[in-house]
Amino acid sequence: MNAFLIQFLQAVLLIVLAPLAAGFVATCKARLQNRRGGGVMQPWRNLRKLIAKEVVMAEHASWIFRFAPYVVFTATVMAASCVPAVLVNTPLSLTADVIALVALLALARFFLALAGMDIGTAFGGMGASREMTFSALAEPAMLMSVFVLSLSAHSTNLTTMINHALNAPLVLQPSLAFALAAMVMIAIAENGRIPIDNPTTHLELTMIHEAMILEYSGRHLALMEWAAMIKLLLFATLLIDLFLPWGMATDAGILALTLALALWVAKLFGLLLMLALAETGLAKMRLFEAPEYLSGAFVIAFLGLLTHYMLEVGA
Amino acid sequence: MTQPINTWFVEHLGDCDIHSIWLNDHRPEHMPCLEIRRLDWAHAACEARRLGMRLVALWGAEAGCHDRDAHAMYAYMAFAHPEHRHTLLRTPLAAENPELPSISGHYIAACRMERHMQDMFGIHITDIPDPRPWIKHEHWPREAYPLRVDFDARPPLLAEAHGDYDYVRSGSEGVYEIPVGPVHAGIIEPGHFRFLAVGEHILNMEERLGYVHKGIERAMQSKSAEEGLKVASRISGDSTVAHAWAFAQACEYAGQIDVPRRASFIRAILCERERIANHIGDIGAVCNDAAFAFMLHQMHRLREDMARLHLELFGHRLLMNTLIPGGVLVDLGERAIGLLREQTLAIANEVEHLRAIYADHPSIQGRVIGSGMVPVEDAQDIGLLGYVGRASGHYPDERIEEAYAPYDELEVNVPQGKLGDVATRVWVRFEEIAESSRLISELLEKMPEGPIVANWLPPEPGVSGFAAIEGWRGEIAAWVRFGEGGQIDRCFVRDPSVINWLGLELAVREVPVPDFPLNNKSFNCSYSGNDL
Repeated sequence: MNAFLIQFLQAVLLIVLAPLAAGFVATCKARLQNRRGGGVMQPWRNLRKLIAKEVVMAEHASWIFRFAPYVVFTATVMAASCVPAVLVNTPLSLTADVIALVALLALARFFLALAGMDIGTAFGGMGASREMTFSALAEPAMLMSVFVLSLSAHSTNLTTMINHALNAPLVLQPSLAFALAAMVMIAIAENGRIPIDNPTTHLELTMIHEAMILEYSGRHLALMEWAAMIKLLLFATLLIDLFLPWGMATDAGILALTLALALWVAKLFGLLLMLALAETGLAKMRLFEAPEYLSGAFVIAFLGLLTHYMLEVGA
Repeated sequence: MTQPINTWFVEHLGDCDIHSIWLNDHRPEHMPCLEIRRLDWAHAACEARRLGMRLVALWGAEAGCHDRDAHAMYAYMAFAHPEHRHTLLRTPLAAENPELPSISGHYIAACRMERHMQDMFGIHITDIPDPRPWIKHEHWPREAYPLRVDFDARPPLLAEAHGDYDYVRSGSEGVYEIPVGPVHAGIIEPGHFRFLAVGEHILNMEERLGYVHKGIERAMQSKSAEEGLKVASRISGDSTVAHAWAFAQACEYAGQIDVPRRASFIRAILCERERIANHIGDIGAVCNDAAFAFMLHQMHRLREDMARLHLELFGHRLLMNTLIPGGVLVDLGERAIGLLREQTLAIANEVEHLRAIYADHPSIQGRVIGSGMVPVEDAQDIGLLGYVGRASGHYPDERIEEAYAPYDELEVNVPQGKLGDVATRVWVRFEEIAESSRLISELLEKMPEGPIVANWLPPEPGVSGFAAIEGWRGEIAAWVRFGEGGQIDRCFVRDPSVINWLGLELAVREVPVPDFPLNNKSFNCSYSGNDL
C-alpha cells in the first residue's frame, strides 16, 4: 500500500478518533461514578453543535484572538501527524523528531496563552499565567524523560527510537520505568487532567486551560476543544510508541497494518481506562502543589538518566 | 406557650440607667420587645455586647396603628443570649430626616444591616464605618427608598441613575483585581466577588450582593398570613420549610395560637429532612469543587431519592406549601411514617458509608484540611451561625436555646468543631446528618395523635410577633406585625446568610485564589435570603 496514503490516513485517524477517545474517558468516568454518561459520541455531538453556532467575539479582541484557534488547531494536528500510530517507517519519519514535537506543542500553547491575555479579562490572564508557569516546568521534564530513551537509541527521532525498541533484545531496563513514570505524570499535566486541572469544571477561579478559552464560542471554541482532544490522543499514542511499541507495523502490508491497528486501539483503551480510573479516584491538588508535582516528574526523569548510565551503559 | 416571662435583659438595662418600656402588643412574652430612647440606642447595644449577647438582626419599620405617631419610623434590633433567649429593642425615629447612631462598633455584623436600613428606609446612620450603599445598587435613584410605605412601585418607572460602587482598592504595584460574577460560568445564584490578589494569594475579597433583591418585605404587605407564608417559603428555595416555619411561628405567637403537637412534630420532621437533604447536597458539591466528582454524584442520587419521596408524600420536591398558619397541610399516615423512617435510616447509612470513603481519601483530605480557617474569636465576634459557627467554636442552636416545640421534648446534640476550616465545616455536616436522622426516628416514634392544624385567627391590629427557628443554615429570625383585617402590615426576616457571608470574607484572606470556590461552597450562603 502507498506509504504516503497510510501516513495521511494515520493522521486523519488520530484527528477523527480524538473526540471518541475523549468520549470514552468521559463514559468510563461516568460508569465509575454510577452514572450512565453522555456516551462515546458526545464530544462529536458537542463539536457539531459548536461548529453550527455563531461566533461571538469579545469587544476588545484583536486578530490574535481570531487567529489563535486556527494556529492552535493546526500546530496540534501537525504534531499529531508526525507521531506514528500504526506504521513505524513513514515517508515523513524524518520530521518525527521529539524536539520538533515539543516545539509544535509549545507553539500551540504560546498562542493559546496569547489569546487568553488578548481579550483582557481577569480569567484569561490568570489562566495564561498558570499555564505558562506550569509549562516552564513540564517541558524540560518531558524532554528529559524522552532523552532517557534517546540515550540508548542515540537519536531523538521517534521512528529511530521505536525501531530501536522493536529490535532490541528483551532485557530489563530500569531506566525505562523512571522515564515512563515521568512521562505519565507530564502527560496528565500537559492535558490538563485531574489532579492538575479539571477539564469539566465550571469554577472560573480554579481553571487553567478552560480559563484561557472562556471567551471563545462557536467554531473557534470547537477548534480549541478539538485540539485539546487531539493532544490527549497524541500523548497516549506517544506513550505507546515510546514504551509499548510492540506490534507496530514496520512494513506496509495489509496484515501487519491490521494487526498494528488492532493492537494500537487495544493499548489505547487500556491507557484511557487507567486515566479514567485515576481521575475518579483523585481530587485536584492545590495549585501550589502542582510545581512540586512537575519538578517531581523532572527529578524522576533525571533519575532515569542516571540509572541508564549506572546500570545499562556497557552492560 | 408555657414559657416564663423573660425579664432578664430589662433588668440589666434598668441597672445601667437605660429606660425601657415593655410593649404589650408584642408577643411572645418570653421574647419581649422593649422601647428605648434613641439616645440610649448605642449604649444598649454596648451593654448587650458586654452581657455576651449576640446580635440577631437590625431592621427598620414604619409605625403601626398602635403607635403614637402614625408617620414615625422605628428601628428594631434583636439580641439573643444562650441562656436568656431573645430580646427585641426598638426606638422611635423622627419622621423628617430620621437618624440613628451606628452600633457597628459593638457588633461587626450590624454594619451591613445598617447600610440596608440606610438604603431602603432613608434612615441616616450617624458615624457608620461604611457608608456605601448595600442592597440598593447604583442604578437606583438616591432619593428612592423602596421599603417605605409611600414608595410607589407601580409604573411609570423611576429614572435610572448611574454611578460606580466604591470597591476596596489597593494602590500597590503588583496587586491586581479579579472581578468574579454576578454571572458565573456555572448555574448558581448571582453575586459579585472582587479579589485583590498578589500572584495567587488573596489579599482581600469583597462581596457585592443584592442582585436578587425581590422586595420580600414589601411583597408581604397587605397579604393575609396564609399568603404571606407562601411568600416566606420562597425567600430561599433551599430552606423553604425553615423560613415558612419561622414566619408561621411569628404569626402564631402574635395570634397566640397553640399549634397542635402533632403539627409541630411534622414540621420538625420536614425541617430535619430539609437539613439532611441540603447537607448531603453540600458535601457532594464541596468535593466536586476539588474535582472529586464521585462524591457529588453519589450525594446527588441520595438527594434525589429524598426529593422523590417528598413529592410523593407532600406534593413538592422541596417541600414548599407544606406549612400553613396554625399547623401543617399534610398529615402522615402509617405508610408515610414507615416510608420516612425507612428512607431516612437508609440514607443516613449510605452517608456513613460515603463518609468513610471521603475520610480515607488523602487527595480530597489534602484539599479540605486547613483551608479557609475562621478562628474562634472571629466567629464569636461576628456571631457566625449554623454549621459555619459550629465549625469555629460558636454553637448557637435555637433548638436548644429557644427549645420551641417539639424540641422541648427532645435532646439535640450539636456537633462542636473548633478548627474552622473547610474540613470541619464538612465534618459538622456529616455529624448533623446523623443527628437529624436520629431526631427524625425519634419524632416518628413519639408522634402524638391529634389534629394537625389549629384554627387560625389573626390577632387584633398592631400586634407583632417574633420567632427564631433553627434552619439548616442556622437561626432564621422572623418578625411580623399585623394590621387591619388580619393583613400583614410589616414584616422582617433575617436569613442566617446575612451574618455568615461576613465569615467567608474572613476565611479566604489567607487562601490561594483557586481555593476560593471550595471555601465558598463550604459556607454555601444564600444569595436570595441575604438580598430579600
